Amino acid sequence: MADKIKFAFLLAGGCAGCEMAMVDMSEKLLSALDHLEIVFWAPTVADVKYKDLEAMEDGSIDLAFIDGMIRSSEHEHITRILRAKSKILVAFGACAALGGIPGMANQHTKKEIFNQSYFDTFSTDNPDKVVPQTTTRVDGKYELTLPEFYENVLRIQDVAEVDYFVGGCPPHHDFIAKAVEAIIAGNLPPKGSWLTSGKAVCDVCKRNPANKDMARTQVFESKRIVDGEPDPDICLLQQGYLCLGPITQGDCGASCLNVNMPCRGCGGPIPGVKDYGARAISAIGSILGSEEAAVQLMEKFPDLTKLVYRYSLPSSLLASKEK
Amino acid sequence: MEFSPNIVGFACQWCTYAGADLAGNLRCKYPSTVKLIKVPCSGRVEPEYVMQALARGADGVFVGGCHFGDCHYKTGNYKTSRRMMLLTKLLSDMGIAKDRFRLEWISGAEGKKFAETITEYTEQVKKIGPNLFKGGK
Amino acid sequence: MKKIEINPITRLEGHGKIAIFLNDDGNVDEAFFQVVELRGYENFLQGMPIEEVPRTVSTICGVCRGVHFTSAMKASDQIYGVEPTPVAKKLRELFFNAHYVEDHAVVLYALGLPDFVVGPEAPAAERNLVGLVKAVGAEIGRDVLTKRASAVKIFEMLGGKPIHPVAAVPGGWSKKITEAERQQLIAWSKDLVELGKLTINVFDKIVLQNPKYMELVTGDMYKVTTNYMGTVNEKGQIAYYDGIQKVVDPKGKEIASFTGKEYLDVISERVVPWSYLKVPYLKQMGWKGIVEGAGTSLYSVGPLARFNVGNGMDTPLAQEAYEQFMDTFASRPVHYVQAYHWARAIELLNAAEKCFQLAQDPELTDPNTRAELGKVTGEGVGITEAPRGTLIHHYKTDDKGIVTNANLIVATTHNKGPINIAVRKAAKHFIKDGKVDDGILNYIEMGFRPYDLCLACATHAVGQAQTPLSIDVFDSQGALHKTLNNF
Repeated sequence: MADKIKFAFLLAGGCAGCEMAMVDMSEKLLSALDHLEIVFWAPTVADVKYKDLEAMEDGSIDLAFIDGMIRSSEHEHITRILRAKSKILVAFGACAALGGIPGMANQHTKKEIFNQSYFDTFSTDNPDKVVPQTTTRVDGKYELTLPEFYENVLRIQDVAEVDYFVGGCPPHHDFIAKAVEAIIAGNLPPKGSWLTSGKAVCDVCKRNPANKDMARTQVFESKRIVDGEPDPDICLLQQGYLCLGPITQGDCGASCLNVNMPCRGCGGPIPGVKDYGARAISAIGSILGSEEAAVQLMEKFPDLTKLVYRYSLPSSLLASKEK
Repeated sequence: MEFSPNIVGFACQWCTYAGADLAGNLRCKYPSTVKLIKVPCSGRVEPEYVMQALARGADGVFVGGCHFGDCHYKTGNYKTSRRMMLLTKLLSDMGIAKDRFRLEWISGAEGKKFAETITEYTEQVKKIGPNLFKGGK
Repeated sequence: MKKIEINPITRLEGHGKIAIFLNDDGNVDEAFFQVVELRGYENFLQGMPIEEVPRTVSTICGVCRGVHFTSAMKASDQIYGVEPTPVAKKLRELFFNAHYVEDHAVVLYALGLPDFVVGPEAPAAERNLVGLVKAVGAEIGRDVLTKRASAVKIFEMLGGKPIHPVAAVPGGWSKKITEAERQQLIAWSKDLVELGKLTINVFDKIVLQNPKYMELVTGDMYKVTTNYMGTVNEKGQIAYYDGIQKVVDPKGKEIASFTGKEYLDVISERVVPWSYLKVPYLKQMGWKGIVEGAGTSLYSVGPLARFNVGNGMDTPLAQEAYEQFMDTFASRPVHYVQAYHWARAIELLNAAEKCFQLAQDPELTDPNTRAELGKVTGEGVGITEAPRGTLIHHYKTDDKGIVTNANLIVATTHNKGPINIAVRKAAKHFIKDGKVDDGILNYIEMGFRPYDLCLACATHAVGQAQTPLSIDVFDSQGALHKTLNNF
């Protein structure tokens, strides 16, 4: 039997949901462990520390996943080390591949965010205006350090070369099981690709009008989720709810649509999309039937970036904010 | 040295691009700041192209199409209108200075209007200043 | 002064490190638990429609994969001036209890129990879920994972996704249940009750019947005496989805009670320069520093805290286990930190029994899952008991329901002070005469693990560390020693 694949999983600036999705594989995880040897899974699952990772030989890890985005000097540092130690590096999940929901912080300046957390929130008591420091000397004798926080959220590919991308917030555990099986069997597309079935959400959605031989109709009213109750069998976009299914990868099987909620794009852009938010505007703009519907949309969503760039602001072509 | 804006323009071949040609035939003066790209229809212009131009340092991006009712493909310019309304808002939400992006309806017979629009738009972009992506202020 | 850093701390959610300072005798002078990450949510939620917020804030944490969603959803009810329909409330509760089962299962089997099953001083490479499965045997391991998977299936059927659900609407739930689906929910719930019973057995066999481990469970090295905060129902029993928040002092006397916005009268948060996480304390007592014992203004949350605040459990098997728990410890409140794990196992059983109860209700298939919305009130506070403790989401919106301001106080945050004490005490107990090795450092990490940290949650906010304004230096009693300014 072949040697086990040496496997590592690093949590950068994320929520660990992608790691939990892997744990959700349940009995399939136990089967996968027949072929995988976990040599590093920090900080969530295993007690191998950063110094142990640094001591490993370069290229000695066969397969590494990183979930979460880059927000601090520590995230960047450990990501670069893991890249050096790994043959294959996968940006795993929406944060790693696109910047994720925390990427929306790039809409706000560091100063605004800082004021909110340490001064302005309703319950904060900070009479002397203390802020956390990269180096502090407590009592004159204890020197404590904290990593430096970056002005902007970055993706993994902004600090290290990424071999494969996986979308989803998080990717569904069934999809992860398929991807892991493909990796174990050596079935990988060219480096730099997304690991995906290649289908858009609409392709796998039960409501797709094309599957019912219905023609596409224009939409004359833009709706928020609180505007009435959607019909559970009809395409949400056709009902005026702004579903981003047409431009999103559908490895999730259209999960959100199953509970009558619109897609918000966590699966990542379909191939050929250079800027997710711009393409979303394009798709929505095409289906709106009037200028009034467009005006209504802009009134209902006063900050459009938080609708169309919910998961992908750091991957926008215009990634840094012009003042 | 005076700032000479670098403006990328997308002009639909049936109307605005013809209008630009006419401006040339009529010897209407307008600044050479706009680099025109001919597209079959203004509806072919993906919002992504506008963003790409800005990301690569264009100080302004201009899109020109046919008047409503005149589109060679019937509905293309309506789609342009709605897309670009949303794009304008999106760019503003992202902190891009207003007026770095401009949408105009100019027909093949409106050579003079084309020249006047470009002249006026160039002045507008000069006032905003160079694109930050090029290291401007 | 010699500094030892455990970086990163492991088998928890999120990024943290422990800094231990040894004096010249090789004994511990001081130890600090530092949280090293930040996120930014309170700021970028501004400008979003409130009904989009639950599925967005869910991503604060993927281990607590449904709690922020639930608290935000409850806040959105208040913002639209509406109560959820009866069936929506039942669906939300069933969903939330299923989450409790799968979450507590992860914490016990993957994060906390390896220390006991494999051993605190076992080689680092074995102290994890894989090592645990090897030690208990593949069959039990498979059984645990498969039964836990039923909780995830309930979560996914009701919430849309197995992690980061989307089915929240103000005053309701976006998914209706068919009778066939309800039968499925009953079948899955039965698995969960079995998992609950199994977990109590595992804990009993591995920990309660092992005298060496019971020394750790009832020893002073892992004892932290604070106030306690939790949620109870009208009967005073421990509650998760909804109830009244109460606080008891180190002797068990009730000293505060609140619902909704009243939290502002009870809780304050102090900023310290050496951690990105603020330190909450009881406002009525004032900031006393990071100290324990009588008069402390620190309080703990989570399973053990709930056991100290509540008077029992609302399901039969869990109530039995609760009574056995209380009989084991000489008095209440129980201040022994390792007991968190035991309380956690009992809560798992309680939540499982609740799932089974709720799934049996034929009203679950009522299609009236969305209440009619009222006028926008502009403010809402949603409080739930997350598995890790009391979770508060407070939002303000404009008259269209677009968020203008947000304040989140997250479960693990409340425990920041107590965790620091636990780590400090464990360090002082286990490191003597300069002797430090991997096993000893793990004993120190076992000081925080029972609190079941979720640091991504705790540090949902963002700060910056490049422009110092003022540094307050506190001595080990928490008193202000000196202030340094650079302006």
